[in-house]
Amino acid sequence: MTSPLQQKIKITGPSVITANRTWDGIVIWRTATKAWSAELSDAAIVRTADEARALLAESVADDVGAIGAYIAPVDIRDSGKVKPGNLREHIRSAGVTIELPVPA
Amino acid sequence: MYAYDELDRTIINERVEEFRDQVKRRLSGELTEDEFKMLRLQNGVYLQLHAYMFRVAIPYGTLSSEQLRRLAHVARKYDRGYGHFTTRQNIQFNWIKLAELPDALADLADVGIHAMQTSGNNTRNVTSDQWAGVAPGEVEDPRIWSELLRQYTTLHPEFSFLPRKFKFAITASDHDRAAIKVHDIGLRLHKNADGETGFEVLVGGGLGRTPFIGKTIKPFVHGHDLLSYVEAILRVYNQYGRRDNIYKARIKILVHELGIEKFAREVEEEWLQMRDSALQIDDSVIADIRSRFSYPAYEKLPHTPDELKKAAHDPHFEAWRRNSTFPHKAPGYAIVVLSLKPVGGPPGDATADQMDAIADLADKYSFGEIRVGHEQNLALPHVARRDLPALWKALDSIGVATPNVNLVSDIIACPGLDYCSLANARSIPIAQELTRRFANHDTANLIGRLHINISGCINACGHHHVGHIGILGVEKNGEEFYQITIGGRADEKAEVGTLIGPAVPYGDVADVVEDIVEAYLALRARPDELFIDTVKRLGVEPFRERVYATR
Repeated sequence: MTSPLQQKIKITGPSVITANRTWDGIVIWRTATKAWSAELSDAAIVRTADEARALLAESVADDVGAIGAYIAPVDIRDSGKVKPGNLREHIRSAGVTIELPVPA
Repeated sequence: MYAYDELDRTIINERVEEFRDQVKRRLSGELTEDEFKMLRLQNGVYLQLHAYMFRVAIPYGTLSSEQLRRLAHVARKYDRGYGHFTTRQNIQFNWIKLAELPDALADLADVGIHAMQTSGNNTRNVTSDQWAGVAPGEVEDPRIWSELLRQYTTLHPEFSFLPRKFKFAITASDHDRAAIKVHDIGLRLHKNADGETGFEVLVGGGLGRTPFIGKTIKPFVHGHDLLSYVEAILRVYNQYGRRDNIYKARIKILVHELGIEKFAREVEEEWLQMRDSALQIDDSVIADIRSRFSYPAYEKLPHTPDELKKAAHDPHFEAWRRNSTFPHKAPGYAIVVLSLKPVGGPPGDATADQMDAIADLADKYSFGEIRVGHEQNLALPHVARRDLPALWKALDSIGVATPNVNLVSDIIACPGLDYCSLANARSIPIAQELTRRFANHDTANLIGRLHINISGCINACGHHHVGHIGILGVEKNGEEFYQITIGGRADEKAEVGTLIGPAVPYGDVADVVEDIVEAYLALRARPDELFIDTVKRLGVEPFRERVYATR
């Protein structure tokens, strides 16, 4: 399998690093303080391929804490609020788009 | 039911302890994810969008009430209170924590359930006709042979690292409910002119990116020779199957590229070298497996008991009885299908409370046995017809008596982009909308048998290629679009559907399907000409003209 660090990095706008937490699998984002958060609003925003590569490298290095780190696009609203940049990331962030058989 | 022996129980329990140690080492950092990934996959553990997903095997679709209660327990204790029955006689839990997985596996192992061979490049859970052993006219219970293959392939070192995953399905009925023609190896149990039991062997079927209908490689292989013949196929595949390109690694590609004749010659050559080896199955082996299946002691019961005559006045009961109960080999009994396709619900999902209630009903009305079909419904296989009215009331009260079995709202759907990391588009909301559009039972009955299958990506877990109407989610410039095919089928006349026109956006799918159904109602020759037969008779073009005329 090709490491995410060996893949060509191309970003077209503000992006974040996201992954799943190893012990329970929940969705997490890399923060600017070299930690992980379950809130997208805490995520470090990168805007260039070099920034993305560096943040991805430190994320991938935390193999115990997180699994499957990758770069994901985000939209930054005029209010400064960070929103997922595509449907897949929206679903990862907000949860399934359907009512669960057993309400949470 | 099949009773595991001491060896099976030892294998399952040892696997739990191995995995417990592997998880511990993963969480401590002793194992990297790269090292751990194959180990977790060998225990049915995937990583999906929101969490780990845990896939549990239900070999040949047979469950005891005790096992179903344990699945409910796992759903409740380790997940979010429900499970999803898949198109390959497995159940998936979507929200499970890695740290708790060994305990979940241990709880399942107590009742003989495991997750081996539900993932990875090995021989997967052997599936079968969900009505095996009870369907009228069946040659023999195909689960005996499924179990033989299960035992043979479990942890088989030669077949644990194949070029790609490998799936078996077996049927023993003329009407194929196991979709054997879209499996890597499909086996049809039948008798030859001398009355001997054996198998028509099909090879190279499969869906996914490149769909193929399986081809008959040998019309009759005697039961004694089943393992040696299957091993010969797997050896040829293991030797020649491509490992350099994941998209070309399935046996269907090899069969297609070599041609069935050459592939068959290779297999024959291999087989002749091993045919008389230790793999030849003695009658005593089969007899032993057969003896470990328990069969109910059926009573002699009338076909139309008083209870049924009385209940026939209730149109709701009658609608359900006509739709959801099926002939049984024993007089006075019925096979009862439990629809997991309520209007507006996710196809194939069952809550822990429903599972517990169904287990209780299985004890009360079906000798403690439940079946799981690839259409993502359950069945109670041994119900006395006199008990149907009482059972219906109980099933209705827990939401599994929607009388839509085999009708337009009995939709097969994969989890799609709501859960799956491979998906490009959502499947479940499309299915939910379609069940709402076709919620009227009179309309559904007017339409008749019609299978809609939905996949959220080209991997085709929702079997869209073989849906009478197939819906495939794709992504175009960040938007969900859906390609729609018609004319596919998964039974003994299996065919891959044909694209009806350009992909349509998410919001238009239900309208297009409604238009296809309306076209069918206008085009069918008679009220009893099924959708699939009308498409076969007329081809796709008349449907395309009507559906896309204004689009």
